Amino acid sequence: MSSDGENDEFLYEDAYDDAFDQDDEVDDLDSMSEPDVYDALSPAIEEAPQRKPYDVSWKVKTLQEIIDMQTKEISKIQSVLEVPPSSAAILLRHYVWNSEKLQEQFWNDPASALEEAGLSPPSSPTTRTSTLPPSPTRRTTRSLKAGPSTSLPKRARSINTGSFECPICCMEFDELSVPSQTYSMGCEHRFCKDCWKEYLVVKIKGEGESAKIQCMESGCGRVVREEVIDDLVEKDVSRRYHNLLNAAFVADSSTLRWCPHPNCEYIIQCTQAPPRMLNQLVPTVECKCGHDLCFGCGYAASHRPVLCKIVRLWEKKCADDSETANWLQANTKECTKCQSTIEKNGGCNHMTCKKCKWEFCWVCMGPWSEHGTAWYQCNRFDEKSGIDARDTQAKSRASLERYLHYFSRWANHEHSAKLDGELYQKTEKKMEQMQNSGNLSWIEVQFAKQAVDVAIKARVTLKWSYCMAFYLKRNNMTELFEDNQRDLERAVETLGYSLEQSISDTESIAKLRQDITNQAAYVQKRHDILMDDTLKGYLERRWEFSVDI
Amino acid sequence: MASTSTRRIQKELSDLMNSPLPGIQVQPDEDNLQIWRIIINGPSNTPYHKGKFQLTADFSKEYPFKPPTLLFKTKMYHPNVDSDGNLCIGLLKTENWKPATKMSGVIQAIYDLIENPNPDDPLVSSIAEQYTSDKKGFEKKAAEYTSKYAT
Repeated sequence: MSSDGENDEFLYEDAYDDAFDQDDEVDDLDSMSEPDVYDALSPAIEEAPQRKPYDVSWKVKTLQEIIDMQTKEISKIQSVLEVPPSSAAILLRHYVWNSEKLQEQFWNDPASALEEAGLSPPSSPTTRTSTLPPSPTRRTTRSLKAGPSTSLPKRARSINTGSFECPICCMEFDELSVPSQTYSMGCEHRFCKDCWKEYLVVKIKGEGESAKIQCMESGCGRVVREEVIDDLVEKDVSRRYHNLLNAAFVADSSTLRWCPHPNCEYIIQCTQAPPRMLNQLVPTVECKCGHDLCFGCGYAASHRPVLCKIVRLWEKKCADDSETANWLQANTKECTKCQSTIEKNGGCNHMTCKKCKWEFCWVCMGPWSEHGTAWYQCNRFDEKSGIDARDTQAKSRASLERYLHYFSRWANHEHSAKLDGELYQKTEKKMEQMQNSGNLSWIEVQFAKQAVDVAIKARVTLKWSYCMAFYLKRNNMTELFEDNQRDLERAVETLGYSLEQSISDTESIAKLRQDITNQAAYVQKRHDILMDDTLKGYLERRWEFSVDI
Repeated sequence: MASTSTRRIQKELSDLMNSPLPGIQVQPDEDNLQIWRIIINGPSNTPYHKGKFQLTADFSKEYPFKPPTLLFKTKMYHPNVDSDGNLCIGLLKTENWKPATKMSGVIQAIYDLIENPNPDDPLVSSIAEQYTSDKKGFEKKAAEYTSKYAT
């Protein structure tokens, strides 16, 4: 769900496509590294029309594009450093694709840069397999190349009669089978191909290792090259290996993130939300699969307006306190008047007891009549009642109560948002009914569906607003936040109530349509106000939290 | 690859029998070559001196592509060995394990660890703390354990 209204997504598309397509050609490097200085209010962002200062631009990439990005980087480094492509790849992976740092280190001391990355030349003193038999026919008969060692002086290979014993499996290989049955990298630690294969399968399939698979010799840091692995293992293992390499590339980059939604293979690229900006940005983005995600933390939905760190704290807290909170999630409550058990089966918090007709609020269980007045207090925890707690036991009870106050509202909106999904189906039926009995066209009844969308979106935002409020310090700003929260909550409840009204006659349909349309527009407006004010508040450093962000 | 595993274990065993490591005895389980009993004599100039420390090495079917599991059977007071006999040693960790590493190298590394505890990477932090702050107290306790459990 986009939290910024439906029209905005089209604006984003245009804005970022233009901005990035040019960039891509000229300077792909920049998109790989974090921008040094980022100012959320910089002119670059204001240039894009109607983009909010707290929004980020992003691009959705395919796996092939991610592969191409790597190939491009590799060939760049390959030509600059004059090394074989597979060496360039190993170097880049070792330096976490930071090509500037790599070049700096390389030109500073090529030998140690190569060795650190696992490309030590054969002349370097590594422990060598004692039974290593040199093979004169090696280079011509083997399909595998030893990479950079080709440019280095070949070792004197005296013809050593006798067989080779693989140090791993202790199998003997006669002189003739050594070239085809065994393999050694530039470090010249020779092992039989079956052992290589087994080792690579264990590393790739068993341990999920990819970029840093080393020689099998103890103490040898030489990294096995891509083409060597592809040549030695079966196709499925090789495929897995390349998937792991791509996954590592995405994971290593602070500007890339996999879409977290099941079966989605897209990757989001965003250069405007580096980790250090996450104390003032909530970079919600939308994947091409149609789902929202947070680029900052990978949360598989929008958690606006709450910062990633606060979401993490909240989720942890909720997991820890889940036992005490469990009862709150129960779906039934008793009517405060007649004690009938009531199951909440719709999204609206305005409850009317079927038995005694008592109207009350599902969240605070207070009479609904009070919610209609300016004395509406349901969204705000009365801190005063907690203050007179004197001893520690009372204090911890107060803090639990405070938490439960916010948690119950958070959980309640989550529950309601889910129930509103069911409301969709009910609404569809109602829309049919309206078309039949109210002589309205299909287009004319779409307002109901749109209103449900607005209500669900508002409930998700409200849900997170309670998490936010839990961590906010009490001050004037927080009061304003809670005022906005209250206004949105009231608007949503009113809309939710209207959406659940049954349809009787043509006249009431016309009125209901008018009401719902107006109420939905009002909810949208209150939603945008809360969102806009909260997100801007981060940039203006208006919010003070009880935890360190 | 059971045959690889067996062949390799046999080869290593015969190597260790032919040229034994000083102060170390290795004996496979009577009816299972995949389990070895290893006895290490406590290094001199350490509180473990005169103690005999028994370990078991358990080889999986994936050996040598997966590391063997080593466990102390003799109680010892050491920052890198816990009360269950688990020991913390880099080259035996799955991600660091190299198939070409021989048991002789593993045993040597364990011997070195007994001789020179590594308090920076402890398994029992209380012992590590004592080792760095109160070496005398540590040595006394370790010697006590040695005479009580390892002789």
